[in-house]
Amino acid sequence: MSIAIAVGLLTAAAVYLFMQRGMVRIVLGFIMASHAANLLLFAAGNTAFRGVPYIGTSDYGDGGDPLPQAFVLTAIVIAFSITMFMITLAITTTHDDDTENDEESPAKVLGAADAD
Amino acid sequence: MTEILPPLLPLLVGIPLLMGALGAALRRSKRARHIISLGTLTAMFVFSLLLVIATHDGTVLAHKVGFWDFTPQVAIPFVVDALNSLVLMIITILGITSVMFAMATHEARSRFYHPFVLILMAGVAGALMTGDIFNLFVFIEVMLLPSYGLLAMMGAKLGAHGARIYVSVNLLASTLLLFGVGLVYGTAGTVNLAELHGAGVDDPAVAVGGAVVLTAIGIKAAVVPVHGWLTRTYPMTSPAVTALFSGIHTKVSIYAIYRIYSVMFDGDERFLWIALVVTSLTMLIGVLGAIGEKTTRSILVFHMISQIGYILIGVGLFTGLGLTAGIFYLLHHMIVKASLFMSTGAIEETYGTGEINKLGGMLKREPLIAITFMIAALSLAGLPPFSGFVAKFSIIQATLEQSHYWVAAVAVIVSVFTLLSMLKIWVGVFMGKPPADLEENALAYQERMHGKRYLRVQAQAESPTLTIGPPTAAMSAVLSRQRAVRVPAKLIIPGAILAAITVFFGFGAELLMMLSETAAENLLNPEEYVEAVMNA
Repeated sequence: MSIAIAVGLLTAAAVYLFMQRGMVRIVLGFIMASHAANLLLFAAGNTAFRGVPYIGTSDYGDGGDPLPQAFVLTAIVIAFSITMFMITLAITTTHDDDTENDEESPAKVLGAADAD
Repeated sequence: MTEILPPLLPLLVGIPLLMGALGAALRRSKRARHIISLGTLTAMFVFSLLLVIATHDGTVLAHKVGFWDFTPQVAIPFVVDALNSLVLMIITILGITSVMFAMATHEARSRFYHPFVLILMAGVAGALMTGDIFNLFVFIEVMLLPSYGLLAMMGAKLGAHGARIYVSVNLLASTLLLFGVGLVYGTAGTVNLAELHGAGVDDPAVAVGGAVVLTAIGIKAAVVPVHGWLTRTYPMTSPAVTALFSGIHTKVSIYAIYRIYSVMFDGDERFLWIALVVTSLTMLIGVLGAIGEKTTRSILVFHMISQIGYILIGVGLFTGLGLTAGIFYLLHHMIVKASLFMSTGAIEETYGTGEINKLGGMLKREPLIAITFMIAALSLAGLPPFSGFVAKFSIIQATLEQSHYWVAAVAVIVSVFTLLSMLKIWVGVFMGKPPADLEENALAYQERMHGKRYLRVQAQAESPTLTIGPPTAAMSAVLSRQRAVRVPAKLIIPGAILAAITVFFGFGAELLMMLSETAAENLLNPEEYVEAVMNA
């Protein structure tokens, strides 16, 4: 149950942050969301088994499921790389990380690109 | 041949990854990168053609990566049947033509263009072949990361918004996919698609997990409640990149929806109405958006959404004819859409604008582009001599066969609107008189694009700009006003090749229809797929 509560809180925080103004807040939201997904993956491996799934350290019955741990390990790396890219996007190409800006429409931007 | 091919399947992922890395390592040699990229893509095309031949009779090839030979299924399976070999073949054709297009626009001179395309292709091959949902997530990320690079690199002059929206929405969809994978693993105890056969029918808990997975993939495919991101991002990069993406990301997602619904849900009839409602809305709202747009590329991007609706009717019907028609539509649409993006993109790259109001009279000026565009546009609207007619006709026949008259009605009405907005491009860009300042604007654009040497994105500057390429002899003549601005042949050829393919599949529809039918058989009876994975 504690994992379910943690996942719920993290997801709620993520959704709240997605709706905020500013790219960095949105990136923070994504960090929360990937934390939530990773916790959920751990929970999928049944958290009743808490032993280290490393040969020779615990009995077969006690060790945690290693497959979700491998999933989480992969997902962390992927989320990390995309977070890096998003942070780079937040600090390049415009003056600030503001996300509420009326120049977003493709027609407008493509039109503006012709004009200069 | 069926014994030799399966162990070679991982090469379809491994070789492009390796070649992409090699291309990135070659610092100076543009020519070497061109050769590596085109060579690898051609090799992938030949290999996927072999796979199509090997699977055309309904054979399913499966290989356990790493030769892990335990039960239950431990290894990641790579599975190839008629459906994914066909999709892979078409995608490699699109890859080759769009790389040719990017070479013509000088974008491919950039050091990371070819490596990104090759890694993208490796991701596509992996996502299509994998028989494991978590691995599907990983390969979708492998496919997306280079795309972020391409989109941001080539779209830098249009600002950061496109890239920001694209990355955010895709990361959200990926996280949701990860949630779904976690739920499926938690309830069913496996992420191997073959082992999940029918699990969505037997157990509602697994079905919910599967529905989360399908929703996430639906976001990536841009079906209607969640389509807005696509129309705001695809036009915000260069035409070559839009053409490349148009046939890949959303289409791989559509493939995944077909496959997961076929295997995991075993084509369960209880949930099909959801797909039919969603596809009808997608068709309608996509095409209505297209009519309202003002630039060629944003019209075409809205059309993509509408056509995604058509393709997904196939999975919404889940009958032999419906699936055959949907698969045929998928293959036809990938080709036609890329051709349209390339023919209008050639005009945009030459005259510096895709706005309908600022163009005109291209029929006289650029007759070859006009023919290419017209063939693809008529095919998109579904007129008889081209492949679009066969696709639409069989889709509508399949809906009538199941007595879904309202879906058929929407499909027919949407075709009229499709034709209308294609005519809007035709009238605005190709007919009438060219505006007085067309030549001036084009020259100014060419000067800006070709005045400086090599591609350079000045991302930090006050107003970010993209400058490309040293001027060629022909370009110098244009810039010194000795010659009028014209679309060069090398920009026309890639789109024309694809237009020729749609004509070929219009007259020779029998061939593609037969292959689609085999693919549909494999989806209708996933037992063979499951058996192949289990006994690999």
